[in-house]
Amino acid sequence: MNPELEILLIAVVTAVACALVGVFLVLRRLALVSDAIAHAILPGIVVAFFLTGSLTSPLLVVAAAVTGVLSVALIEALHRTRLVAEDAATGLVFPAFFSLGVIMVSRWAGNVHLDTDSVLLGELAFAPFDRWIVAGKDLGPSALWMMSGILVLNLVLILVAAKELKLATLDPALATLLGFSPVLLHYLLMTAVSITAVGAFNAAGSILVVALMIAPPAAAFLLVERVAPMIWLSAVLAVLGAIGGYGLARWLDVSIAGSMAVMSGIIFAASFLLAPERGLLSQARRRASQKLEFSVRMLAVHLLHHEGTEREKEECGLDSLSRHLGWSDGVLRQAVGHTVHKALAFVESGVLHLTEEGRLFAEDLSVGVD
Amino acid sequence: MDLFTDWTLRVVALGSGLLGAVSGMLGSFAVLRRQSLLGDAVSHAALPGIALAFLITGTKATVPILLGAAATGWIGTVVVRLIVRRSRVPYDAALGLVLSVFFGLGLVLLTIIQKRPDAAQAGLETFLFGQAAALLRSDVVVMAIVAGGVAVILLVLWKEMKLLAFDRSFGESMGLSMGRIDSLMTVLLVLTIVLGLQMVGVVLMSAMIVAPGAAARQWSKGLGSMVILASLFGIVAGVSGAVLSSVVRGLPTGPTIVLVLSAIVGLSLLFAPQRGLVWRRVHLGRLRRRPRQEPVLMHLLALSLQHPEDPDHGHDLSVLRTMSPADVNVAMALEALAERGLAQRDSSGRWAPSELGRRDAQKTLSREGRL
Repeated sequence: MNPELEILLIAVVTAVACALVGVFLVLRRLALVSDAIAHAILPGIVVAFFLTGSLTSPLLVVAAAVTGVLSVALIEALHRTRLVAEDAATGLVFPAFFSLGVIMVSRWAGNVHLDTDSVLLGELAFAPFDRWIVAGKDLGPSALWMMSGILVLNLVLILVAAKELKLATLDPALATLLGFSPVLLHYLLMTAVSITAVGAFNAAGSILVVALMIAPPAAAFLLVERVAPMIWLSAVLAVLGAIGGYGLARWLDVSIAGSMAVMSGIIFAASFLLAPERGLLSQARRRASQKLEFSVRMLAVHLLHHEGTEREKEECGLDSLSRHLGWSDGVLRQAVGHTVHKALAFVESGVLHLTEEGRLFAEDLSVGVD
Repeated sequence: MDLFTDWTLRVVALGSGLLGAVSGMLGSFAVLRRQSLLGDAVSHAALPGIALAFLITGTKATVPILLGAAATGWIGTVVVRLIVRRSRVPYDAALGLVLSVFFGLGLVLLTIIQKRPDAAQAGLETFLFGQAAALLRSDVVVMAIVAGGVAVILLVLWKEMKLLAFDRSFGESMGLSMGRIDSLMTVLLVLTIVLGLQMVGVVLMSAMIVAPGAAARQWSKGLGSMVILASLFGIVAGVSGAVLSSVVRGLPTGPTIVLVLSAIVGLSLLFAPQRGLVWRRVHLGRLRRRPRQEPVLMHLLALSLQHPEDPDHGHDLSVLRTMSPADVNVAMALEALAERGLAQRDSSGRWAPSELGRRDAQKTLSREGRL
């Protein structure tokens, strides 16, 4: 396999693994736990790195998972004392863990291949150099194996416990009632997030992991209504983001992890703007059509009210209508156009009159109104 | 002491102290308003602004870079608000999105800068972790101006800020434009964060915002004392972090400041009076240990009512024990009652209510409407 394909594969596998656990983080309003865990696992990684000298050893995963779960437990314990709010507890715990990690790195790691920049930023481009060699046989980059293993773990978790996770997410009380322990499921999920974060560390660094975990599920959240499609759509969007980000990075010759994050952001922005039901555009369109419909009704009632009166010419004249309704010319023109188009009214010598159908429409609207 | 002779250290200590003071002041409000993690998003969102400012101006001059950082940091808060208001994506996910995507964009721009031939770009990465040692006198002056400005604005708009933190809708009903005050607060927060970036870096700036306020909250009951205490904590952490990192080799300033802050928070959570965990435990323990005397007195009365001809007729401790739940220390309660003159022990060690105790218990009974 050539290195470029290997990098792309690692990117895709990482993105999908992150998105799978991310779905539940977004649904459970735990999005920032990904940020907290990704930073808090640093001391665990450093300790394991000193012990093994490798960034892809299984011990690293274990140490990171332990530290990550520990930090989550600490955040929850702090929150439970009711001395600090949950967001403050998060903001207190992970910087402390991270500081500890940074100090450990700068005091003891010195020139070892673990500098703080690569921890924060990650560098996918070097991943193919670290290979998994068994009995002299090159099996491919270790990062790819590690990430694939984590992806399989996450898949298993979701396939086995999807129903339970879904229930504990959407209705924790019912889950408890039915005998599932939401706490156990919670910590299972947190373990998965920690393991995924450490795996993604190489590829994405501790900050961009957050983009991979949050952006695809958040985008999918705006596009579909149910949990299962959201999971699969997130995975698809994650693949798109990874491939697109890799392409962008190759094209501009910039950081792969950074452009993967940017691409995930673009995907979210697209669904934020264009989602068929919930997107900004369809919201705007819905508002505009409601506004038009309302002004058509208003106009019809106005016409009915002044129909056959002495002042009809003045009140319903095309030139003076806007003054009487207090509308701008643009709104009036649109409303008149629509009313005429729907054959609710017609224009005769500069005055707007209701048609028979328009009269029924307006009378129907003013039933019960004196 | 180095602090008074070493020029660099003095500048650094002064700068981090000032930063601690401002972030303590503003952080108190952020903590109270549950916006602790907004600072995290802003500090990450500032990165593309830093890179863009450098790409446009081609220099590392402080002012344009800070302006760029503040601009994208502020845009970050606007985007968060837009996402939350216009979609069903929750607040925390919106923060995470903005934080990571903006940071990714910043990273992309940084790698573009790294490829440019002009060598001046070295050092932009210091914004990731901060480099307090590189602080210049002019930076400290800027920081002092911002700190003073924030203090003055807080003093002038104290009531409005207080309303914003505690009862926004009441403020609105009084005709105050809370939206504008909210924006002002956000702008001040963004400015502070941007100034802090060059000292403690992107990741740790959020701790500077959260920790002093969270610690001060434990000791104070009013907003005023909380804000003052928070800025004091900030100053202490800033200065001692700077000094520690200059004394001990291989101790970077930013993380050291954060660890000092964490220690302050930990101590506050444990030992603050009224709220602290240790205080709570001691207080609760005392409550739990002190037996309730009232029920035992009632039992004494009930027993003495069975002997109308001899109100001083005594009963054994074991009789009284059977009348109380097993975990009540009846002996101790009786001693306490005797100390208050409500119970008495006869020569054979049997207990009876005193004249005063009988009256007291009767009063309680009639108050509860049982007689």
